[in-house]
Amino acid sequence: MTESLTGAQSLVRSLESVGAEVVFGIPGGAILPAYDPLFDSKKLRHILVRHEQGGGHAAEGYAQATGKVGVCMATSGPGATNLVTPIADAYMDSVPIVAITGQVPSASIGTDAFQEADIVGITMPITKHNFLVQRVEDIPRTIAEAFHLASTGRPGPVLVDLPKDILQTTGDFAWPPTLDLPGYHPTTKPHAKQIREAAGLIAAAARPVLYVGGGVLKARAAKELRILAELTGIPVVTTLMARGAFPDSHAQHLGMPGMHGSVAAVTGLQKSDLLITLGARFDDRVTGKLSSFAPTAKVIHADIDPAEIGKNREVDVPIVGDVRETVADLVVALQELYKSGSRADLTGWWKSLESWRTTYPLGYEEPTDGSLAPQHVITRIGQIAGPEALYVAGVGQHQMWASQFISYENPYTWLNSGGAGTMGYSVPAAMGAKVGRPEAVVWAIDGDGCFQMTNQELVTCAIEGIPIKVAIINNGNLGMVRQWQTLFYEGRYSNTNLQSKRIPDFVKLADAMGCVGLRCDSKEDVDATIEKAMAVDDAPCVIDFVVGQDAMVWPMVPAGTSNDEILAARDTRPDWDSDGMV
Amino acid sequence: MTQRTTHTLSVLVEDKPGVLARVASLFSRRGFNITSLAVGPTEHPSVSRMTIVVAVEGLPLEQVTKQLNKLINVLKIVELDPAASVQRELLLVKVKADLTTRSHVLETVQLFRAKVVDVASDAVTIEATGTADKLSALIKVLEPFGIRELVQSGMVAVGRGSRSITGSETRLRSVSA
Repeated sequence: MTESLTGAQSLVRSLESVGAEVVFGIPGGAILPAYDPLFDSKKLRHILVRHEQGGGHAAEGYAQATGKVGVCMATSGPGATNLVTPIADAYMDSVPIVAITGQVPSASIGTDAFQEADIVGITMPITKHNFLVQRVEDIPRTIAEAFHLASTGRPGPVLVDLPKDILQTTGDFAWPPTLDLPGYHPTTKPHAKQIREAAGLIAAAARPVLYVGGGVLKARAAKELRILAELTGIPVVTTLMARGAFPDSHAQHLGMPGMHGSVAAVTGLQKSDLLITLGARFDDRVTGKLSSFAPTAKVIHADIDPAEIGKNREVDVPIVGDVRETVADLVVALQELYKSGSRADLTGWWKSLESWRTTYPLGYEEPTDGSLAPQHVITRIGQIAGPEALYVAGVGQHQMWASQFISYENPYTWLNSGGAGTMGYSVPAAMGAKVGRPEAVVWAIDGDGCFQMTNQELVTCAIEGIPIKVAIINNGNLGMVRQWQTLFYEGRYSNTNLQSKRIPDFVKLADAMGCVGLRCDSKEDVDATIEKAMAVDDAPCVIDFVVGQDAMVWPMVPAGTSNDEILAARDTRPDWDSDGMV
Repeated sequence: MTQRTTHTLSVLVEDKPGVLARVASLFSRRGFNITSLAVGPTEHPSVSRMTIVVAVEGLPLEQVTKQLNKLINVLKIVELDPAASVQRELLLVKVKADLTTRSHVLETVQLFRAKVVDVASDAVTIEATGTADKLSALIKVLEPFGIRELVQSGMVAVGRGSRSITGSETRLRSVSA
């Protein structure tokens, strides 16, 4: 059925029809026409954020917590450019979001009009695709295409730029529209021959590792992964983007690989003879110096994006397809092989892995100056809030500790900015996650540096009734940068001391923003303070955890060096030879 | 086997605004160098064809084509083997030619099967098409007379034989990348 609608009405109807429920945005001149029909919409909840960057990260948090497409909206010019950081973040972490931006009227494009920015040009390299809509009739199809592109294949951000006159013009609206994407055909079905080859390698490998990346979560393949892991008995590592894809408590889980990964996970990859790579991309933070990464391993690489395969590491068996289908097919193929008696013995491999795991467990030293250990705070939050809660980190030391010291048992309980490393992600993303999963407890684990970048969204949370909990791990410094200065710049702490134990007063700030503000600076009070925060369910709650500034993230592979150089702790390099293994 | 360092890609794209910018920016942001680029219409009104000459080795070339294939507006990519395709560039060159040198210049034009498209009292403008090698040979011969201005197109190329890489528009628009 065709109706006559204004572009603005068409946009709102299209968003409703495609299944969007929430829009995080801020109105302004060019997008203003869209806000009029939005005012009347019964199906779309618009959340008025305080900064467009917050709206963008909220859309990401919503998407990562629910698996649905997140939507953010902004006006032209500075409104749109404020979305650039979250869009880039979503691009790096393959998060499905759709950004709707107003644009100056068609006739003014290119004239340096008030609040004009070429946002399509600006976001070309950081979107999966973007559109400048030129006819009002194209709005329904464009919105449908944007959602389709964002959520299928390798997910990612899509931007739709709408000139003001197009929003004001009247034209035909018809739903559902016919998608016109002749150049877009993601391969989802893995090739049977590749599956057979991969299964053959897996059955024969003596030291295999399942190298699990964020794609496993994107493909919603956690269940299938567990079946594959338990069928094969192969150890699992989950990257920063895949935490929660496999239970941390599972005996086969070696932890996180990479720069701050566990010794067992990093070493497991280094000594492996077969990497079964599932939805991971050999990021430099995982591989360390690429040329010496897992030097003796053959590589099976399964990814939905063919461009990831062979990009960083040469591959023996490439598998292009949806990773859930790939894993399911591998299970069937391996069951056949095992029946025919073809199965390598992993006992020796597990013996080595166990020895690394028990010799170099994750841990930390209690501070000697009587200060509160940040790792203790984070561990206790994880234990008290439990594995059903969602944890959303910022970027830096607290992020690494939150990845290491919270036990993730369920998929989609760990959200962070992995690829882009966007400080300021935590509070707005936690807000978006809580909107998407209102029944869940959502903890933002943030640093004092990160928190000062985007905490204004706590006002949004307070007003819109989004009771997230924020733990500021306040060491008064840009902690990770300070750690590098300690280790690589002779302790010359250039511009890393934020003095945020003194200013601002985070408790007063929280109070001023309509949140409950709490402070804790001693180990004895940690549990009680967390319990207090857990009991608040009608307002956002902020805890200022004042912690020591000298704690460092260990283990660590110094940037640019080989993973063989991993330091379990400062000046402690594991001694492989004495472990009598490979 | 030694690998060639330049490759000729025929890229069929949807004729949509911004598609050239998408392709060009992809090359620069992924760190690949374009040696030559030519864009024009095809026999299908909604499809444009880009001929891109790129200077890369075998493995990065695979990355180039995979990344290009990820662009939503890209329909199909074919690498053209120089031995099995016709490759042409167009050259327009303004050469000094007074009464004493004009006949020598015209001789060169004939030798290269080029043609004179404009004449002034002290210069001629020459049009030539050919492979990059032929055109650079022509330029080298003309240089002593004095080149006043030179403009050259990107390369266009088409495979030899009766097969078409485009095929019917419906098929092209449903082809799997």
